[in-house]
Amino acid sequence: MKAAVFKLVLWAMAMLAGLAVLTQTRFVADMSFFLPSSPTAEQRLLVDQMKDGSVSRLLMVAIEGGSDDQRAQASRDLRQALTASDLYASVQNGELDGLSAERDFLLRFRYHLSPRVAPGRFEVAGLRDAVANAIDLVSSPMGQLFKPYVLRDPTAELVEVLTGMQAGGEPPTRHGVWSSPDGERALLLAQTRAGGADTDGQAQAIAAVQDAFARLQAQPALSGLRLVLSGPGMFAVQARATVRDAIERISLISGIGIGLLLLVICRSPRMLALGMLPVVSGAIVAAAVVALAYGSIHGITLGFGAALIGEGVDYAIYYFVQAGRVGVQGWRERFWPTIRLGVLTSAAGFSVLMLAGFPGLAQLGLYAVTGVVVAAVVTRHVLPVLAGERLQVPPPGALARTTQGWLSQAAVLRWPLVVAALVALGYLAFQGPRLWSTNLSALSTVSAEEAQADARLRADIGAPDARYLVLLSGADREAVLQAAEQTGQRLDALVAQGLIGGYDSPARFLPSERTQAARLAALPPREVLAPALAQALVDAPLSATRLGGFLDDVQAARQAGPLTRADLDGTAMAMAVDALMNRTLDGRWNAVLPLRPPHGAAEAEVPVERLAQALAGTGAVLVDLKGEFEGIYASYLDQAMGLSLGGVLAVIALLAFTLRSLRRLARVVTPLLLAVALVAATMHATGTPLHLMHLVGLLLIVAIGSNYALFFDQVQEEGGLTPDLWLSMSVAVLTTVIGFGALAVSHVPVLRAMGVTVAPGVLLTLLLSAAFMPPPRGGQTA
Amino acid sequence: MTFRILLAVCLASLSLAAHAAFDIDDLMKNLAQQKGGKARFVETRTVALLDKPVQSSGEMSFTPPSRLEKRTLSPRPDTVILDGDYVSFERMDGRRMTLNVASRPEAQAFVESVRSTLAGDRAALERHFRLALSGTPAEWSLQLTPLAPAVTALLQRITVQGKGQQVRRIEYLQADGDRSELSIEPITGP
Repeated sequence: MKAAVFKLVLWAMAMLAGLAVLTQTRFVADMSFFLPSSPTAEQRLLVDQMKDGSVSRLLMVAIEGGSDDQRAQASRDLRQALTASDLYASVQNGELDGLSAERDFLLRFRYHLSPRVAPGRFEVAGLRDAVANAIDLVSSPMGQLFKPYVLRDPTAELVEVLTGMQAGGEPPTRHGVWSSPDGERALLLAQTRAGGADTDGQAQAIAAVQDAFARLQAQPALSGLRLVLSGPGMFAVQARATVRDAIERISLISGIGIGLLLLVICRSPRMLALGMLPVVSGAIVAAAVVALAYGSIHGITLGFGAALIGEGVDYAIYYFVQAGRVGVQGWRERFWPTIRLGVLTSAAGFSVLMLAGFPGLAQLGLYAVTGVVVAAVVTRHVLPVLAGERLQVPPPGALARTTQGWLSQAAVLRWPLVVAALVALGYLAFQGPRLWSTNLSALSTVSAEEAQADARLRADIGAPDARYLVLLSGADREAVLQAAEQTGQRLDALVAQGLIGGYDSPARFLPSERTQAARLAALPPREVLAPALAQALVDAPLSATRLGGFLDDVQAARQAGPLTRADLDGTAMAMAVDALMNRTLDGRWNAVLPLRPPHGAAEAEVPVERLAQALAGTGAVLVDLKGEFEGIYASYLDQAMGLSLGGVLAVIALLAFTLRSLRRLARVVTPLLLAVALVAATMHATGTPLHLMHLVGLLLIVAIGSNYALFFDQVQEEGGLTPDLWLSMSVAVLTTVIGFGALAVSHVPVLRAMGVTVAPGVLLTLLLSAAFMPPPRGGQTA
Repeated sequence: MTFRILLAVCLASLSLAAHAAFDIDDLMKNLAQQKGGKARFVETRTVALLDKPVQSSGEMSFTPPSRLEKRTLSPRPDTVILDGDYVSFERMDGRRMTLNVASRPEAQAFVESVRSTLAGDRAALERHFRLALSGTPAEWSLQLTPLAPAVTALLQRITVQGKGQQVRRIEYLQADGDRSELSIEPITGP
C-alpha cells in the first residue's frame, strides 16, 4: 500500500513538473527542424542567411484583376500605407519619388561614391573627356533629368554613381508603377524589418499588407482587385499554419478513432479514461523533456507525438484485456516480459534517431523514446494502482472471433507473401541508390504550385533568388568592405564576359575608407583644378566660367571626411548595406554578394566552376545555396541510412539476447524485414519518391512491429492464441494504424511520409507474423 | 477661257482630293514598305545651358521591324542600339549599358517615335502620340504630340519630315525649349 501511494505521488509530481515546463515552452514551426544542429563555418553563414539575411526578409506582392489604372492606384496606396507602418524597412513599386530622398544624398557624396573618380580624371585630358561625355548626355533627349546638375557636376559623377548602383532587372512600369511583363499585375517588393526566422514578426508584417489591402478594397472602384503574396516569410507563416492545422487534425483523428475503439471494446468511460492515462502521461513527459533539451518544441514533433498515441495506448489495452482475465499478478508474470521486450525494442529503434545531426530527427527520437518508455512504466506501475482489480472488459465479440478464424488460415498466404517479398527485395536491389530521392523540396510544406507561383513572381520582379552567393569575412567592417571591392573587381570581369548577369555588393553604397580616401585624393585643390578646367574647356560649348559651383563642390569634397554607415541613415542604401553585411557574434564581419544569373540562363544557373576559379585566392567563398542544401540533405540521408541500419541491428541484438534462440529470432525478425521490403518496394514502384522520412518510417516499422511479432512468438511458445490475447493484439495494431493513418492524411510532407510508411507496414507485419507463425487456437486462458 | 478656268479648278480640286486622300494610313503603308537600310546623319543639338549648339554625325541603319542602330563617328564615337524593348549604349571606352525602355514611359516614347515611324506602325505611334500629317506623299511632315503627362513634362513635340518612303529629318522639341535636329541622308547602293 505504501509503495502504491509512493508511485502515485511520484507520478503526480512528474506530471505537474512536466506541465509546468510545458506552460513555459515555445512551440515553433520554422526551418530550424531541418537546419544542421552542428553546422560547419560555411553552413553557419548559410543558416544565418536563411534566418536573417536580406533574401529571407523579402515579401513579393502582386495585385491582380481590375484595370491598369485601378491596379496602379492600389499599388500606390498600398506602398504609402506600408511605408507609414514601421514593419517594413522598404517598400518599392517603381514610383519615381522612391529615389528622390536618395538623390540629394548621392549628389552630396558623389565624389566618395563614383567609381570613375581616379587620378587623371580631374586633369586637362580627363576633364575634357568627362565634360564632353556630360554634354553628350544633357543634350540627348534623355538628358533632361541631369540638366539641373550639370553646372555643379560637369563630369556627371551622379550618373556614374547611379549607373554603378543599378543592379539591373527592374520590372517594366505601367502607369508609373511596376508591372509584370504581360501587364496583368502590379508588383511591389517589400523588405520586412523582422528577420525571416521571426515567424511572429513575419506574420505581423503580412497581416499589415492584408489589412491595408482590405481597406483599399472597401473603395468600390478597387473591390475587384486581388492580392497575391509570396516570399520566404510568407512560406514560413503558411508552414506554421499548416503544421498547426495538421497537429489539430492528427490529434482529433487519432484521439477520436482510438477513443471510440476503446469504448467499443471496454464499453466503459472509466476504462477509456484509464486507458488514455499512460499515453497522456507519456506525451506530457516526452514534450517536457524535448522542451528542456531543445528550448522549444517543434510542431512536427507534436504531430508525430499525436500519432504515437496509437502505440502508447497499446500497453493499457494489453493490461485491461489480459489482466482482466488472468489478474494483475498473472499479467505481470506472463505478459509483462513480452511487453517489456517490445518496449525495449521500440526504444532501441527510436533512440538511434537521437544521434542524428538532423535536429528534427533527433527531436523525434527523443520524444518517441521518452513517450513510449513513460507510457509503459505508467501502465506497469501506476495503472494497476488506479484501476484496481475492477477491469470489466467484455469478452471478445463476434468480430474478434471471426478475424481470429481468418488468422489461423493465414498460413496459406505464406508462400505468396514470400514470393512477393522476394520480388520486392529483387526490385530494391535492382534500384539500389536510385531508390532515394535527393530532392529537398519533398520535405517542404510549400506545394509545387506555390513554388511555381513564387518563381514567377520572383522573375517578374527581378528579385534575387539568392541561389548563388559569394561570402566574405573580415576582422572589421573596413576589412570586409575592402574584400568586397576586390571580389567585385573579379566579378566585374565575369559580368563583362557574360558569365553572370550582375551582383550586389555593400561596397557600392558604402565604399571602404581606403577606396574613398583614394578617390578624394584624386581631387585636385582649387588652384590646380581651376586652370586645368579652363584649359580643358577652351573650345567646348560649356564655358569654364560658369562652373564655379563645381570648383566649390570639389573643394568641399576634399575637405569632407569619409562617408560612414551613419551617413546612410534614412536612405534606402542603409537597408541595402545592412542586409548585405552583418557583424557576427564573435565580432567579425561578414558580407554577402548575391549573384544574378545571366539573362536567359536555363534554370537560372551560373557556371559554378569558372566562378570558383575566378575567385580563387581572394578568400571569397562561392556558395550555391541549392547545392549546399542538397548536400546537407544528402548527408542527412547518408547518416539516417547508417542510423536506421544501426537501429535495426540494435533491435535484432536485443531480441537475440532475450529470446536466446536462433529459430525464434528468425521467425520474429523475418516478418519485420519482409514488411519493410514490401512497403519500400511498393511505394517506390507506385511512383512515390522515397526520401529521408520514409526511411525513418521504415525504421519505425521494425521498432513498432516487433511488439506484435513478439506476441505471435509468445503464442507459438505457449501453444495457443486465446481470444482475449487476439483481442488485445488486434486492438493494439488497430490503434497504431489509426494513429499513423492520421499522419498519412496530413498535409505536412514530413509527417505524411512517416504515416504512409508506418501504417501499412504495421498491418503487413501483423499479416506476415500470422503467416509465418500461424497461431493455433488456444484454450480458454491456457 | 471659261473652259480653262473650269479645267484648272477641276485639276486643283483633283489635286486637293489627292492631298486629302494622302492620310496617315497611306504614309504608314509607304513607310512599312521600306526595307530598311543605311543612312548618314548629322545631329544638331541646341541646349540653352550650352554656349553654342553641339553637332555630331555618323551612320544609322534600320532593320525592320524593330532594330535601329545609330553609330556616331564624330566628334566622339559611340553607338546606340534600339532592339525591341532594349536600348544599349556602347561607349568608346568599351562600356556598355542596356536599358529596358518598357520600364520608363518617357524613354519609350522617344524610342517609339523613331522606330514606329520607320516601321510605319501607326498603332504603336498612337499609343504614345497624337498624330498630325501635312504635305504630300512626295514631301510630308508628321507631327507627334505626346499624350502621357510623364512624357509631356519632358517633350513638347516631335516633327518627322520625309520624302516618299524616306525619313529625312527628325526634330525633337523638348519641354524646356531645347532642341535636337537629326538630318538623314540615305546611302544608296551597297
